[in-house]
Amino acid sequence: MSASHTSPTANPQSPTYTGYLTGYVLAAVLSVIPFGAVMLGGLSTHAVMVIIGLTALIQAAVQLKYFLHIDFKHSPKENLFALAFAVVLVVLMIGGSLWIVSDLNARMMPAMGANMEMPQEL
Amino acid sequence: MSSAMTPEAQPITAPHTSAHLEDRARTEQMGYWLYLMSDAILFVALFATYAVLHANSAGGPEASDIFEFSRTALNSALLLTSTLVLGFSGIGFAKGNKGAGFGWLAAAFALGALFVGLEVQEFAALVAQGASPQTSGFLSAYFALVATHGLHVTVGLIWMLTYVALLLYEGPTRRVLANGNRLAAFWHMIGIVWIGIYSVVYLPGILQ
Repeated sequence: MSASHTSPTANPQSPTYTGYLTGYVLAAVLSVIPFGAVMLGGLSTHAVMVIIGLTALIQAAVQLKYFLHIDFKHSPKENLFALAFAVVLVVLMIGGSLWIVSDLNARMMPAMGANMEMPQEL
Repeated sequence: MSSAMTPEAQPITAPHTSAHLEDRARTEQMGYWLYLMSDAILFVALFATYAVLHANSAGGPEASDIFEFSRTALNSALLLTSTLVLGFSGIGFAKGNKGAGFGWLAAAFALGALFVGLEVQEFAALVAQGASPQTSGFLSAYFALVATHGLHVTVGLIWMLTYVALLLYEGPTRRVLANGNRLAAFWHMIGIVWIGIYSVVYLPGILQ
């Protein structure tokens, strides 16, 4: 905190119109790609899902950089830690929930067979 | 004791207070950022719920029956453009150009209000055709996630009005502009959550 007087403001980069426009154009392109892939069809469902996922991640990063001005050089370290912590929670909560429930489904789904076999295994 | 008291009492009147103010601004910015991150985590829980329940339509309408491509595209364009022009408004006020600041702010409000209007219309149409939250696990999770986002957009719109009131009452002081920066960060965060909503809810649903 003692070093804070060296920077003129809390946020050293002052945003510019060009910065926002660059972010807007990039975000628009990264939106048009997944929407186009869904609208045009032709690709396999799996391929389109990969396109949707990848463009979403890149676009989130683009908006963090150009709109929220997150920057590994200038943003306060504590803020980056909080962001990293949030990302870890995203992975744990969404990934973990899907993992647990798909595992549960895999064990429950062949209900007829599995229920019959259970007593034998025990 | 008295030596500890003086530095605290001094900054209120002393001329060399900018370092103190910056420290305070930094702390406030950090605190606000922590709030934004915790709000994002709230959405993560709702996304996880939707991911788990999205196939459980319980004989009711499925995702591909109720999601519309053009509506989703229009909503995405509205929110992205709104976040851009709110950024422009902030630059306008920071440069002392009140006309640009208020003009872009009005545009951001109008685009956001249009988004909320379209979403309310969508929800009403869904409920009218029997796709209400109590129909299935899929629809409960859908309404919980998308309506929480819509509620955030609505709160952002109310915040814009209070921001305008602050600007008119107090003028574009450092304190008021800091409020505007937090509003913009909130609005941008909502925009990022929307990327998740169309990528996890709408596009995969239409694709099915």
